[in-house]
Amino acid sequence: MSLRNVGIVYRKELTEALRDRRTVISTILVPLLLFPVLSVGFGSLAVALVGKAKEEVPKVMLRGGEDSPEVVKGLKKLDTIEIVPETPGWKDQVINKEIRAAVEIPSGFQVDVARQKSDTVKIFNYQGEMKSEFASDKIETYMKEYRDKVVKERLAAKNLAETVLKPFEVNRENVAPPEKVSGAAFGGIIGYMVILLCMTGAMYPSMDLTAGEKERGTMETILSSPISRMHLVLGKFFLILTAALGTAALSVLSMGVSFSVLGHYTSQSATGREAAAGLILKLGPKTVISVFLMALPIAVLFSATLMTIALFAKTYKEAQSYLTPMTFVVIIPAIAAMLPGVELTPKLSLVPILGTSLLCKELVAGTYHWNLIAIIFASNCVYAAVALFLAIKMFQRESVLFRS
Amino acid sequence: MIEARALSKRFQDKKRGEIRAVDNVTFTCQPGKIYGLLGANGAGKTTTLRMLATILEPTDGTAIVCGHDVIEQPERVRANVGFLSTATALYRRLTAQEFVEYFGRLNGLDEATLKKRVDDIFNRLDMNGFRDRRCDKLSTGMMQKTSIARTLVHDPPVMIFDEPTNGLDIMTARTITAFIRECRNNGKTVIFSTHIMSEVEKLCDTIGIIQSGKLLAEGTLTQLRDKYAEHELEEIFVKIVTPHYVSTEAN
Repeated sequence: MSLRNVGIVYRKELTEALRDRRTVISTILVPLLLFPVLSVGFGSLAVALVGKAKEEVPKVMLRGGEDSPEVVKGLKKLDTIEIVPETPGWKDQVINKEIRAAVEIPSGFQVDVARQKSDTVKIFNYQGEMKSEFASDKIETYMKEYRDKVVKERLAAKNLAETVLKPFEVNRENVAPPEKVSGAAFGGIIGYMVILLCMTGAMYPSMDLTAGEKERGTMETILSSPISRMHLVLGKFFLILTAALGTAALSVLSMGVSFSVLGHYTSQSATGREAAAGLILKLGPKTVISVFLMALPIAVLFSATLMTIALFAKTYKEAQSYLTPMTFVVIIPAIAAMLPGVELTPKLSLVPILGTSLLCKELVAGTYHWNLIAIIFASNCVYAAVALFLAIKMFQRESVLFRS
Repeated sequence: MIEARALSKRFQDKKRGEIRAVDNVTFTCQPGKIYGLLGANGAGKTTTLRMLATILEPTDGTAIVCGHDVIEQPERVRANVGFLSTATALYRRLTAQEFVEYFGRLNGLDEATLKKRVDDIFNRLDMNGFRDRRCDKLSTGMMQKTSIARTLVHDPPVMIFDEPTNGLDIMTARTITAFIRECRNNGKTVIFSTHIMSEVEKLCDTIGIIQSGKLLAEGTLTQLRDKYAEHELEEIFVKIVTPHYVSTEAN
C-alpha cells in the first residue's frame, strides 16, 4: 500500500473541505457554537428567569381566616407574598395567573389549635407553573413554621424537651468526590454528544466525497488517474474520519469552556449559585483522552458506513435521504445509555453504540472497567474494520460507481 | 499503441435484461496516428473508451495499452494514458494549478519535475493568467485548457478523447481539435470518439464505425469511400449503420 498516494488524496480533500462553506459550518462552527448557545445562552437565561421568579412577590388570595387573626396577621406581615382579599372566581384567577395561589384557613382554626384539635390548611395552586409553585412554597414554609412554634409551646407547657418528638436525626452524606458526582450526572450526555457529533461530523463530507463527486462529474476524472481505488477510498475515508473526530473534539472543548463560563457566571449571584450546583463538570486530560480513544473505532465505523451508503447515491440529495434515517439508528442506542438503571455489562458492551455510550458514562465518572474497555474497543475495531472493508469493496463495483 | 482484442462489455438491467454495450470489438491504434471511433449516441463509444482507460473492466476480451493489459495492470495502463471527456469535470474548489499538480502527484511525479512540467504546460497553453483562479470561477474555455493540462501533466504516450468537443462553442472546440492534432504530431497514440462527421474527416487517420456495440467498419477515409461507393462520410455512415440502427430501435 502506498501511503504517499493516500496522503495526496487526503491533502487534496482537506484543502477542498476547508474551502467549502457548508463543511466549515457543519464541522467547525456548529460544534463550537452549539454548546455556548445551549448552555451559556439558555442556561444563564434559565438561571436569570428562575432568580427573577423567586424574587417576585406573588399575589396570594386569602380565603377565610376571619376568626384566626394571629395567623392572618402573620401571613400579611410576610414580605415575600402579597395577600389579596377574596373575590369570586378565585380558581380561574389562579389558572389565568392573575394570582399565583390561594390559601384557605378553616373556620375556627385558631380556636381548634388552642383546643389541640387537628385542622387542615389548604393551599390551592397551579401545579407545574413555576411562579405558582414558588408562592405555595412560601405559604407552606410559613404555615410549617407556625406549626413548629405551636408544638414547641405545647412541649414547653408540659415541661417536655423537643427531643421527645425528634429522638434522632437522619442525615445523608456524599462520599463520592465531586468529579464522580458530576460524572454520574453528565457522563451519559457526554458519551451521547461525542457519539452523535462523530456521526454528524462524518455525514456532510461522506456525502460530498462520494455522491457529490458523482454529481459534479469528477468521479470519472479521478478514476482515470493511476491511483488505485483502495488508496482513493482510504484518502477519502481519512478525511471523513478527521471531520468526525474534529467535530467531536471541538464540541467537547466547547462544552468544557461553556461549563466553566457558566459556573463562573452563576457563582456571581446567590440564586445562580444554587441553580449552578451540580452543573460544574470537570473533565481531566485522562478522561478526555480515554473518551476519545473509545470514540475512535466508533468514528471509524461511522465514517466507513456513511461513506459506503452515500456512495450508492447518484446525487447529493439522494445521499441525504439515505443518511438522514441513520441518525435515528445512532440516537436510539445512545439515548438508551442515558436511561436510569442501564448499566454496562459484558453483553451490552458488544452492542456497537450502546456499549461505547455506557462506557463513556463510566469514564467521565472516573471508573475504569479494564475488561469491558478491552471488549468494547476490540469489538468496535472489528465492526469498524468490516465497515471499511465494505467501503473499499463498494468503490470497486462499477454498478455502484456508475449507477444510472 | 492500443490493441483492443475481442473487447466486450455486458451490463445487467432489471427491466431490459442483459445489455451488450460493447460486443467483440477488435482494433489497433498506432503511435503518431489518430483513430476515430464514430457512432451514434448509445452505440458503445464511451464504454469502449472507458474500458481502454480502465475505468470499466471488460466482461470478455481485453486490450493492451503500451504493452500493459487493461485487466491485469490497470494502474500501469492509466499511468500511460491521458483521458479527456466532457464528463471529466474539474475540482471546483481547487485552483487550476492545484488541480493539475494533484494529478501530477497521483501520476508519481516528484515535486521538482512536477513544477517544471506545470510551468511548461501553463506557458504552452497560455494559462498563466488564471493559474491561481479557482476552477469554479473559470470560463468554459479555461476549464477545457485546465482539463487538457491535466491529461498532459504526466506526458502520457496514449491519449483517449471521449466526445471532447460535445456541447462546446466553436472557439473552445477548435482549441481541443488543435490539441488533438498536436498530440499526433508529438508521436502519441490517439483514439477519439465522436458523432460529428466533420471532426472525423478533418482529424482521423483511421475511422472505426460502431453501432449497437459492434465495430461495423474500419479503414481510412479513402478506403471507406471506395468500399461503400460514397464520397461524404455522413452517407457512408448512414449506409453502414442504418440496418443496425433500425434493429436497435425495434428492440
